[in-house]
Amino acid sequence: MAKQYETVIGLEVHIELATKTKIFCGCSTEFGSAPNTHTCPVCTGMPGSLPVLNKQVVEYAMALGLATNCRITQVCKFDRKNYFYPDNPQNYQISQLYLPIARDGYVEIDTSAGPKKVRIHEMHMEEDAGKLVHDEWDDTSLVDYNRSGVPLVEIVSEPDMRSADEVIAYLEKLRMIAQYLGVSDCKLQEGSMRADVNLSVREVGAEEFGTRTEMKNLNSFKAIVHAIDGERQRQIELLEEGKEVIQETRRWDDNKEHSYAMRSKEDAQDYRYFPEPDLVPIVISDEWIAKIRAQQPELRTEKLERYKKEFDIPQYDAELITESKRVADLFEKAVELCGKPKKVSNWIMGEMFRLMKDKSMEPEDLVLSPEHLAKLIDMTDAGTISASVARKVFEHIFTDDVDPEKYVEENGLKTVNDEGAIWEAVEKVIADNPQAVADYKGGKEKAFGALMGQSMRALKGKADAGAVREMLMEILKA
Amino acid sequence: MEILELTALELAKKIKAGEVTVRQAVDAALEKAEAAEPVINSYVTLDREDAYAQADEIQKKIDAGELDSPLAGVPVAIKDNMCIKDQLTTCSSKILSNFKPTYTAEAVENLKKAGVVILGKTNMDEFAMGSTTETSYYGPTKNPHNTAHVPGGSSGGSCAAVAAGECFGALGSDTGGSIRQPSSYCGVVGMKPTYGTVSRYGLVAYGSSLDQIGPIAKDVSDCAAFLEAIASHDPKDSTSIAREDYRFTEALVSDVKGLKIGIPKDYMGDGLDPEVKEAVMNAAKVLEEQGAVVEMFDLGLVKYAIPAYYTIADAEASSNLERFDGVKYGYRSSDYEGLHNMYKKTRSEGFGAEVKRRIMLGSFVLSSGYYDAYYLKALRTKALIKQEFDKAFETYDIILGPAAPTTAPELGKSLSDPLKMYLGDIYTISVNLAGLPGMSVPVGKDSKGLPVGMQLIGNAFEEKTLIRAAYTYECATGKQYEKMADLDGAAAQSQAADGKEAR
Amino acid sequence: MANKISDETIEYVGILAKLELSDEEKEAAKADMEKMLDYIDTLNELDTTGIEPMSHVFPVNNVFREDVVTNGDGRADTLANAPQRKDDTFEVPRTIG
Repeated sequence: MAKQYETVIGLEVHIELATKTKIFCGCSTEFGSAPNTHTCPVCTGMPGSLPVLNKQVVEYAMALGLATNCRITQVCKFDRKNYFYPDNPQNYQISQLYLPIARDGYVEIDTSAGPKKVRIHEMHMEEDAGKLVHDEWDDTSLVDYNRSGVPLVEIVSEPDMRSADEVIAYLEKLRMIAQYLGVSDCKLQEGSMRADVNLSVREVGAEEFGTRTEMKNLNSFKAIVHAIDGERQRQIELLEEGKEVIQETRRWDDNKEHSYAMRSKEDAQDYRYFPEPDLVPIVISDEWIAKIRAQQPELRTEKLERYKKEFDIPQYDAELITESKRVADLFEKAVELCGKPKKVSNWIMGEMFRLMKDKSMEPEDLVLSPEHLAKLIDMTDAGTISASVARKVFEHIFTDDVDPEKYVEENGLKTVNDEGAIWEAVEKVIADNPQAVADYKGGKEKAFGALMGQSMRALKGKADAGAVREMLMEILKA
Repeated sequence: MEILELTALELAKKIKAGEVTVRQAVDAALEKAEAAEPVINSYVTLDREDAYAQADEIQKKIDAGELDSPLAGVPVAIKDNMCIKDQLTTCSSKILSNFKPTYTAEAVENLKKAGVVILGKTNMDEFAMGSTTETSYYGPTKNPHNTAHVPGGSSGGSCAAVAAGECFGALGSDTGGSIRQPSSYCGVVGMKPTYGTVSRYGLVAYGSSLDQIGPIAKDVSDCAAFLEAIASHDPKDSTSIAREDYRFTEALVSDVKGLKIGIPKDYMGDGLDPEVKEAVMNAAKVLEEQGAVVEMFDLGLVKYAIPAYYTIADAEASSNLERFDGVKYGYRSSDYEGLHNMYKKTRSEGFGAEVKRRIMLGSFVLSSGYYDAYYLKALRTKALIKQEFDKAFETYDIILGPAAPTTAPELGKSLSDPLKMYLGDIYTISVNLAGLPGMSVPVGKDSKGLPVGMQLIGNAFEEKTLIRAAYTYECATGKQYEKMADLDGAAAQSQAADGKEAR
Repeated sequence: MANKISDETIEYVGILAKLELSDEEKEAAKADMEKMLDYIDTLNELDTTGIEPMSHVFPVNNVFREDVVTNGDGRADTLANAPQRKDDTFEVPRTIG
């Protein structure tokens, strides 16, 4: 009988912090600018330049540490990690090894077998590297230091995960926490959340861990799942063939869906860490921790309970809305503006989630503003537009965040309240459809629906359906 | 009136009074440099045009009454490891031979605010690694007092330039004695301030936890004035300290009554040249005569400073110098295959032997398996050395001793045995480990006519105590800096002996 | 007690430090390093039990910047000294991957 294997996974998650400036200099962290725009002597490793720590980075890291139940290291320091690579301008990265900002935490994830704790070993602050683009034509690489020095927090978990599903649940949990805290937007495609996967396999029931490998370069949930499946398979095959797993770093190639060993004589992986002499220690008082704790925004669980209580939103709806901070913020703001939580929730749960699913969008990609959603609801309630027009307008708010008022005005979508105009349209429909009229009068209830539809179409959906129905009944009865 | 005879403060006073123009001051220094440079080689870069442009601008400000600094109009030189915008900053290394920074070091910026004229950049041991200024890519600097001898190092260019009258003051940097030892060899006054007193922003780092910029001057008053000009709390340097008092010239008072001065027995023992010893002991006697209480004491751990220092400095240097890789600035080898080969070729061709030696040792002591045994051991030793000083300063206001065990050695005699060269740093190095201020003051010459320096070491932030003692000594002896020997004769010999290397 | 530095060690340190030494230089480096390490080993005479390694000599803590953008477009300055550039980037031999 084939042996049963268990996968053991630990994660190193890098989260880019949403500060305005880099960790050690006053350069902007703005994404997507022209190469080397956001650079200065400090973040390009010019001789004689010196780092000065951005306080916000420490506070964001503390917030993350507290929200993941870590112990804050009250005397913490930076260390240098030395390795040569062109995206690393000083050829050392300022990071933390000996006294990282936070340690010994956990987050709780939901698994098929119920809730589970994933322990966090430590969390440290460091600087991001620049970007390398490869020039196929000249066989060179081009270096852009815009990302160099953007603050990162690296969260190192214990090897507590046993499947790709658990890994995804863990990542989603971290992402939600970071977003709720407002410390990161965690956009995977922009690289503001990345993961290295440490994976080993062992026979079910074994006490000892197997030899692990580390996979780098994973920047989408899909890539992470594929890489885990691939590596698990690769290691099991090695063991089945009686071979050994080698402890090594492997690089995942998402295009080829294959990992390969990053073995090179020149990559000695001996980082020669030592305390960064250019930065002084960070001493964190109990008061400072208390202050960060007090500033901690409402996290999801509290929010969910409040929605149920305050807005009378059902559990299921509240869960979906609070799943993303982006959506929860949209909901709350819209409710604040129009005062109709039920209706806001209906729009979000219905039309918005449907459109997001159709376009396979993430909450971070949403462009619609709460102001416009609230206005749409108000306009519908006031009878300015009909429900069917509202749905159409919503689509435009969703895609382009149009102002519903302007949009309705410009496209002549206001509800027709003019009774004369409705009467005229309905009469015309009756005159044009003698057969349907006859069928209705002959007892075919269905025919009424057809006439109703024709009338609404004639009015371009702008009339209140109730009024049209009434008039149609009246004329048909006559 | 001989302009070159003036100290910086005297010159500035005359400029302010309209007796001398800034241009005349620059003329005098440049004329002197013209004559001296072919032999002495103090400068890596001398920018005459720029010097005159600065002179005119400063003159205008002085005339308009916009510049009230005691140093306005004084021509100075800057060690070539401090960045000046758009000026070649080489660290006397091939690897930075074409590097023009786009920013200026804070200390230089401060000095410019004081209205000085910067004549150029001075020669040094490559990346400040050395004690003789012989490891420079641009050839050695010679000691103006005897051109067959070295000026000391690593700030040898700055000290020689001041001694030879090629400028009226200079900035140096001191990681293990690099201001004090060449000041001693060249007979000028040099000070390494308390760590954190002068911003390191724009100083190309050697050993970051030890590096400190300081002044090199003709006399104690100038030294205090230059220090006052460059010291500041700089938010760009996290290790810069906001001090309560930057008014160093206030300490120019001739009074040491009751001052307690301790001379470490270990500083006066084996290995110390008897002539140096005699000169330093005589100087101590002068201070005693002025009312100071002088006694010998046991400092302890003296011999452990050098091994601890080289471990720490080389480890930091190995990391600090990683950035020189041919990617962003400086030299890149013209012949390589692939990335790592480019790194190796660039660095192997770009760095000199002493720099490579220290990078190798520094990389080794940080490498896996050795960090605890070497690096942490050195940091623990540093803590113990600091404790020894703390203990000494409970009793004494000043620790007095020689700046170096000998006077300036002959050219070409030091580099062959690095360890022996390192031993010459024995009296200066522990001061950097403990972050303390130290000063070298000329106290005479040996029988060969080479200057001897006395070192004064103060407790942290006690520069003023040092300045007061040094000033008292100066007043009592009527000494200024050691006037340079007849250069013209020496120049002829030396030029005949060895041509200056091409820049 | 004397330190012995092997060829492999010199080779390895060369990789870490990105220095390529000639055979002659390697021999010299070995000798230098052995001598220096013997010298550094004298520190072992000192009992440092319970002594905290001192990386910073003064007890200065918590030096921070506020999170305010102070730098503008740095392209021209950043690239001013580039040994080899392409458009607004630094050009280097191709990295792997």
